[in-house]
Amino acid sequence: MRALIRLVSGLYAIAIYGFIFLPVVVLVLFSLQATSFPIPPFTGPSLRWYEAVLADTRLTSALVNSLLVAVVSSAVAVTLGFLSAWGFARFALPGSGLMRGLITLPLTVSYLIIGMGLLVLFNWTGVPKSLLAAGIGHVVINLPLCFAIVYSQMGDHQINIERAARDLGAPEWKVLLLITVPIMAPAIFAGFFLSMTFSWDEFVISFLLTRFDTTLPVEIWNLLRSGLNPKTNAVGSLVFAVSIVLVVLFELMLLRRKPA
Amino acid sequence: MNAVNSGRALPWALVAPALGWTLLFFVLPFVAMAVSSLTAHEGGGFTLSNYSQFFANPSYWQAMVNSLQVTAIVTVISVLLAYPFAWILAEQVPERWQRLALMLAVLPFWTSYVVRSYSWLLVLAQNGVVNRALTGSGLFGEPLQLANTRLATVTGFVHFFVMLLTLTIFANLKQLSPSYRKAAADLGAGSLRTFLHVVLPLTLPGIMVGAFLTFVLCIGDYITPQILGGNNELLMPQLVMMQIGRRGDFPLASALSIILMAVVTVAYLACSRWLKIERA
Repeated sequence: MRALIRLVSGLYAIAIYGFIFLPVVVLVLFSLQATSFPIPPFTGPSLRWYEAVLADTRLTSALVNSLLVAVVSSAVAVTLGFLSAWGFARFALPGSGLMRGLITLPLTVSYLIIGMGLLVLFNWTGVPKSLLAAGIGHVVINLPLCFAIVYSQMGDHQINIERAARDLGAPEWKVLLLITVPIMAPAIFAGFFLSMTFSWDEFVISFLLTRFDTTLPVEIWNLLRSGLNPKTNAVGSLVFAVSIVLVVLFELMLLRRKPA
Repeated sequence: MNAVNSGRALPWALVAPALGWTLLFFVLPFVAMAVSSLTAHEGGGFTLSNYSQFFANPSYWQAMVNSLQVTAIVTVISVLLAYPFAWILAEQVPERWQRLALMLAVLPFWTSYVVRSYSWLLVLAQNGVVNRALTGSGLFGEPLQLANTRLATVTGFVHFFVMLLTLTIFANLKQLSPSYRKAAADLGAGSLRTFLHVVLPLTLPGIMVGAFLTFVLCIGDYITPQILGGNNELLMPQLVMMQIGRRGDFPLASALSIILMAVVTVAYLACSRWLKIERA
């Protein structure tokens, strides 16, 4: 019976892994295609489509834009999220529950609707479509996440360390910068990293709120209009590689912090 | 809660930026959208026609039905596929390999959304890998129409949500204290009975959170149905984007967005007792 369960489990796991990796393998394999269609039979390997991607200034500048928007919007989101989490966890504020609910509310609303709302508002107030507008939208989606992550890690035991610092005469800003931020560094880092990946990946808000200068997912979307193309495979594989590097770095940092 | 009460200004200064941002760039846009949805596209006077159009026009109504059907199908299939997988990872894989096994299982989760849908298009295309395999094996003489169908949309969605749900359900199974299982075994329950009466009920709240997340993300997604499903059958987000793209009709797009959001809110209220974000 146990052996049967193990066998069935093994087969099932292989099937699911296969399902999960099938599209990725096809994507990467046919990015190395030598001919112009990313469909069987495989004619590679060839790096010509990677050369085509790197020579395409629209794609490379979109990549830089994406990184810029991701880093800046995540920094803003994690800063605002951390400050408010500290405020709510350490001080008794009237209507605290309601305000916390408000801050986490965007989590339950789809990106499309957040983007639509900003589009209507910016359209009325004359804010032009730009990377800045998209970045504002990315802070809106990532702020609740950063807040929730940091707030959930604000344990009561850390209060005593802060109290000790205050008793020794540290002003509030010193307590914040020299005590709380270092203690909360893992949560702050996790919030920043998750925001980065969500912003890096985000499509619909950037699609609605940018025009000429745009982010990589939107530029890839534009490539899709020309149908199946190994160049799209190549840029997709590159994006995948960047994400993998980020995830592996994140894992390594976590492992170093908490030796298992 | 062990809160300090030092001064009035500091705590407000800490929470004000986040609150301000949320009010200015989340609440205010929503108000703008609500006002816009009550405005006539031509002329700009007050009107309810954007909403009545939705209920009067069967093709708009159909988009909502399609969205709900696809989302329900995706949620159910994803939970059914992900639960056994997460269970295998948590119970059958040796402890020291679990982290690696889980990381591998969700690796494609981190690829770009657009790229993931495009990859499925490659797999399901007329001359794609699946059709080549099917015709090559002699099972089918003609390639099947797989891309631009509801099946393709569902496949793309299920791929993403199986990974998401595996993550949440795995975390849930690991949090479960082993003493529950030991107690059940001590009381004479077999492994199947322990699973059905102890493990499954205890992980149900986690499944609900995952299923709700799936519902929200799935019903609001534009990319997957647009790339994989095409325009044969419209889902709500495609309908919304179409109003902006082709006709520049912001009021109708706003009204449709608000209707979509209302549906999500109803779903949230329906399962709100299982969904709590609180301090650990």
